Amino acid sequence: MSVGQAFLGLLESGPRHGYDLKKTYDDRFGHARPLHYGQVYATLSRLLKDGLVELDGVEPGGGPERKRYAVTSAGVTDVEKWLGSAEKPEPYLQNTLYTKVVLAVLTGRPAAGLLDVQRAEHLRLMRELTQRKITGDLAEQLICDHALFHLEADLRWLELTAARLDDLAKVVRP
Amino acid sequence: MTAPHTPAGGTPLLVGEGLCKAFGPTAALDGASVAIRAGEVVAIMGPSGSGKSTLLHCLAGITRPDSGRVLYQGQEVSAMSDSERSALRRTRFGFVFQFGQLVPELTCLENVALPLRLERVRRREAERRAAEWLERLEVTDVAGKRPGEISGGQGQRVAVARALVTGPQVVFADEPTGALDSLNGERVMRLLTQAARETRAAVALVTHEARVAGYSDREVVVRDGRTRHMEHTR
Repeated sequence: MSVGQAFLGLLESGPRHGYDLKKTYDDRFGHARPLHYGQVYATLSRLLKDGLVELDGVEPGGGPERKRYAVTSAGVTDVEKWLGSAEKPEPYLQNTLYTKVVLAVLTGRPAAGLLDVQRAEHLRLMRELTQRKITGDLAEQLICDHALFHLEADLRWLELTAARLDDLAKVVRP
Repeated sequence: MTAPHTPAGGTPLLVGEGLCKAFGPTAALDGASVAIRAGEVVAIMGPSGSGKSTLLHCLAGITRPDSGRVLYQGQEVSAMSDSERSALRRTRFGFVFQFGQLVPELTCLENVALPLRLERVRRREAERRAAEWLERLEVTDVAGKRPGEISGGQGQRVAVARALVTGPQVVFADEPTGALDSLNGERVMRLLTQAARETRAAVALVTHEARVAGYSDREVVVRDGRTRHMEHTR
């Protein structure tokens, strides 16, 4: 998630203080991971330096929380460009699970058991997310669904790998 | 024979012990065991051809196992006569399949009322209860329509209403969302599990989809006709 672009997008509806930006961001996108203040002000000063935001006013009293920021036309263009570009798909090649399976096969340990344990853990998390989804609002449902579809993809990989363990053993330990 | 797996706490309502079933030379079940408590939603998972549907059919008294036994409230289902098993299925069990289960000539309301009519409940009372269930499943608007006039998602919700209208102790659901898109599938699962929890019915849910299993309390994995149990429960 690009915090900078999210800030720029939020500023399109009007100038805001840093604190206000953080709160809006946390409410909409933060969920499990709210922003640190340090991150908020570091992001804002970078946007300021790049000319994507400008100071809209500074209230008396000093301190970063007194500054109000507005998005510039360069900032609006930047958001537009970001929204229009695809995110790089991450295929998680050579991930930890793959390493574990190969190591288990290589060392003659029960790889099927490892996959069973992992499946149960994935399903446990999927149950948790399903519960959150049932009781949550639409935003919560969308976030949970995103996670659920990814976990489901992992599970398919687990199933397929379980079905190919014998073949894998031939390759890994010829 | 494998000991049936029971999660800690609670007497099982339905138990399958060491179930074996072969179709010709092919062993569909090879010593599968499962125990389901009242009010519990259990997902029976596994790849295609693993034996999960055969396990469900044995538990529901539809298929007689070659060996092993099925106990419902301590009574051996596998030893009952055909008519006793049929009565058990009609009064204590409810069924939801992937598709093709509604009677095309009847309206949705009549379809849901049908299990009650078979139990000699008077038409007016049966239809009143059927209408209540259609409302719970959010398909009141299709009451007067025939199955051919409604969508797949609506049809599955009508089927769930019909499965629950008699107040069954166990609902057997075999890939209930298999023919639906994600959104409709989720809706069917949410309503099915919600209704089952409210009525304390147990659900034996066969699915190969993990997202559907997300609605369960626990999973039993079937592979090559045998069950693998994990201890994780909600």
